[in-house]
Amino acid sequence: MELYELTVHELVEKLEKGEVTSEEITKSYFDRIKEKDSAVKAYVSTMEETALEKARSVDEARKAGKTVGKYAGIPIGIKDNLCITGTKTTCSSKMLENFVAPYNATVIEKLNKEDLVYLGKTNLDEFAMGSSTENSAFFDTKNPWDLDRVPGGSSGGSAAAVAADIAPWALGSDTGGSIRQPSSLCGVVGFKPTYGLVSRYGLVAFASSLDQIGPITKDVTDSAILLNLIAGHDSKDSTSVDVGEKDYTQALKNDVKGMKIGLPKEYFGEGINPEVKEAVLAVAKKYEELGATVEECSFDVGQYATSVYYVIADAEASSNLGRFDGIRYGFRSEKFENLKDIYKNSRSEGFGPEVKRRIMIGTYVLSSGYYDAYYKKAQKVRTVIKNSYNELFEKYDLLLTPVSPTTAFKIGEKCDNPLEMYIADICTVPVNIGGLPGMSIPCALDSNGLPIGFQLIGKAFDEETILRAAYTYEQNSNFRENRPTFKGGNK
Amino acid sequence: MAREDYEIVMGLEVHCELSTKTKIFCSCPTEFGGEPNTHCCPICMAMPGTLPVLNEKVVEYAVKAGLATNCKIARNSKNDRKNYFYPDLPKAYQISQFDLPLCYEGHVNIETPDGEKTIRITRIHIEEDAGKLNHDEYGRGSFVDLNRAGVPLIEVVSEPDLRSKEEVEAYLRKLKSIFEYIEVSDCKMQEGSLRADVNVSVRKKGATEFGTRTEMKNMNSFRSIVRAIEYEANRQIDVIENGGEITQETLRWDDVSGKTFPMRDKEDAQDYRYFPDPDLVAIRLSEEYIENIKNALPELPESRKKRYLEEMGLTEKAANFVTASKYYSNMFEEASKVCGNPKSVSNWIMSDIARILNEREEEPEELKFSGKELGELVSLIDKGTISSAIAKKVLEEMFENPEMPSKIIEAKGWVQISDEGAIKEVVAKVLEANPQSVADYKAGKDKALGFLVGQAMKETKGKANPQMLNKLFLEELKK
Repeated sequence: MELYELTVHELVEKLEKGEVTSEEITKSYFDRIKEKDSAVKAYVSTMEETALEKARSVDEARKAGKTVGKYAGIPIGIKDNLCITGTKTTCSSKMLENFVAPYNATVIEKLNKEDLVYLGKTNLDEFAMGSSTENSAFFDTKNPWDLDRVPGGSSGGSAAAVAADIAPWALGSDTGGSIRQPSSLCGVVGFKPTYGLVSRYGLVAFASSLDQIGPITKDVTDSAILLNLIAGHDSKDSTSVDVGEKDYTQALKNDVKGMKIGLPKEYFGEGINPEVKEAVLAVAKKYEELGATVEECSFDVGQYATSVYYVIADAEASSNLGRFDGIRYGFRSEKFENLKDIYKNSRSEGFGPEVKRRIMIGTYVLSSGYYDAYYKKAQKVRTVIKNSYNELFEKYDLLLTPVSPTTAFKIGEKCDNPLEMYIADICTVPVNIGGLPGMSIPCALDSNGLPIGFQLIGKAFDEETILRAAYTYEQNSNFRENRPTFKGGNK
Repeated sequence: MAREDYEIVMGLEVHCELSTKTKIFCSCPTEFGGEPNTHCCPICMAMPGTLPVLNEKVVEYAVKAGLATNCKIARNSKNDRKNYFYPDLPKAYQISQFDLPLCYEGHVNIETPDGEKTIRITRIHIEEDAGKLNHDEYGRGSFVDLNRAGVPLIEVVSEPDLRSKEEVEAYLRKLKSIFEYIEVSDCKMQEGSLRADVNVSVRKKGATEFGTRTEMKNMNSFRSIVRAIEYEANRQIDVIENGGEITQETLRWDDVSGKTFPMRDKEDAQDYRYFPDPDLVAIRLSEEYIENIKNALPELPESRKKRYLEEMGLTEKAANFVTASKYYSNMFEEASKVCGNPKSVSNWIMSDIARILNEREEEPEELKFSGKELGELVSLIDKGTISSAIAKKVLEEMFENPEMPSKIIEAKGWVQISDEGAIKEVVAKVLEANPQSVADYKAGKDKALGFLVGQAMKETKGKANPQMLNKLFLEELKK
């Protein structure tokens, strides 16, 4: 088996035994990137020189018997909306094409403490707005299972990199499904933690009340490990919650006996591809066989979640993206006579169409005269959705749903119809509205050989139950025997 | 109709920078000045991905200000974003408070010629200051300085209770004085840490409805506020008298031309799109928290005034004057302790110190000396070491050179001559040189004595003890 095929917990075992060095691991990844990334195009930038330097220094420290972190020397891919001091953080936007971050995101500080090695920054939909990574201002990322198809989004670069074995694991961010949906489309494990569990400091904001950073990994164990590395209270983020020290790997138990799982019927009806539905119901059956109780339930208010999402997320985005004004950093148009021109032309030329669309929607819903009808109403419905979740979680430990209504679609297929693209998020968006943890776990391939994922939704700050159920499923199934084929891509 | 037939109605929005050590949402210093963009960090420069964290001291200071102005304190409050584009506003939104201000429904009392008047305070909320634009005088462009961006402010909004420029000044001086006493702001108008926007409208006396108002900005001294009100009220009356209508608009006061100008046209009418800041959590205050702040409030001017009237024997006028400024009041207390003559101390503050400050166009907080020096000065007069005339010269010197008066006197050789022998000599000399005056005095012209004393003072460069001079002249003239 090649090094790049191993999970992180397998790599660590080899590192600890001295069978392999960090430099060898890192090199194997850069070799693989050179071989595969021209087809997949997962990375916006790579950092080979600094990565190898870091890997060598960790190896030396290990050799000298110095204390190093357990995951020291393990490479990782970082979504390009997370700030790393001295490196470009582009958000896949022309606006930040040459922006060099002057500080580290809190998650990066945490990974630095562990001496992880950064392979590069991964592609995304511009400012994380999209579900296919086609909104990147630079290039499309391809799905490793079929290069003519999208990897999902917005963390499409991270998910495709892990699926293509050009990163052992990666960080993504999830505002309405941006970790889970691409993970599902690429056949990897994506985990959006509870809002507040991971500090958002240094994550370029899309929608502040919904954004959350999380792991994209090859398996559930790696997901628990990476969550351990990034979770924790941060005084730099007022919305960060202190839940104390936790070791999420403790939750990895092959046992779901007595667990109560709800199956919200609304996610198995119209609009869900039959193959996806069948695959997720097969997972439900598996859980029953393993000793869990699975019961159909109703999450009726979920139908409003997408509307609520596009009002709240766009309202926040319209304000969050105001700072990209061409004054202090980022893109500035060369065409200007006065201040108004600088604003207008820099933003017109620097932002792509989807970002502009959302800024316009967000500006509209916050305008005086429309605020009550849109933003305020959306906040009220948000409360109703949260309450509905609370009621469900009085009865169930977990909810089981599809992640995406379809498997990976063709590049360009939905580009002309933003509403159709928005529907790609119907299963994931409600989880962000509720601020809950949700995980995408791969379970099957469809008739085209494309991955299907299922989603587990848990109570707030009960990541453990999700991890346990996901781990149990993984131990009792064999999805990882399937490998991406890198077919297509000749167009 | 004549101007006198109109009544001016005004309300104020006072912005006051809080004197916390660090900014409202990051840990940069709030210190005034500094090279441009040296008191800032990724957070107050609005680098992508940064987040605000509310400085708890700001809440404490604002609650203090609310309690000292008789406000109710909100148990539940929040921060909102006010969205607009301007180069001095790096996030393109100001974090402020919209519908749930920290303090509301307060009031302060001011002195007017018709007695005490209550000015109602609508609300006090917390917000962040913007940066500054420095416009290049050679037209090469404008430069952004973000040192001030994120300095905490409170905005104090009054009801339209003010009816004259004198009331506006009294109200502002009252707020300034209260905030100085409770030490939440240094209220330096010249550094922009106290700024006021004035809403002005006029109506015919006896009318019950308010006229259309304009909002004036950019006044940076008490004097310019008073001038701006005068100008704007007259302008509005003229418009109405000529059959015109007042447009509701924001005006910029120009101190050089002494006129107001519209700040922006209708096309730019702002919609701030306020909404709760999702990066910050709700502000919840417990009864205990508020009670603790209330108990720790320092003595306020009203209570000091009472003490000065009852225990220190000041007149109403003196007590009002001295307590109007914390700096005066503190100086008064310290000086009185040193010399034991509060009456004289208050007189020095009211007359000479206030006069010199006025001449220098300075405020009491700019005084370089303290009560220790003033107390010694009064003691030196009381002991007869110097005359009042010399004391005035010493005081002038103290404004330039804040040394102990005794040191100044010694250095300048201004010690009073109280040696009887020396004074006798001067008296004899003056009498000899002025026989006509001696004759006048003896002929019943008492005024001549004053002339002779004056001549003796001149001779001694003002250093002779005036009482002794008087006494010795009388003795000689009676002979």
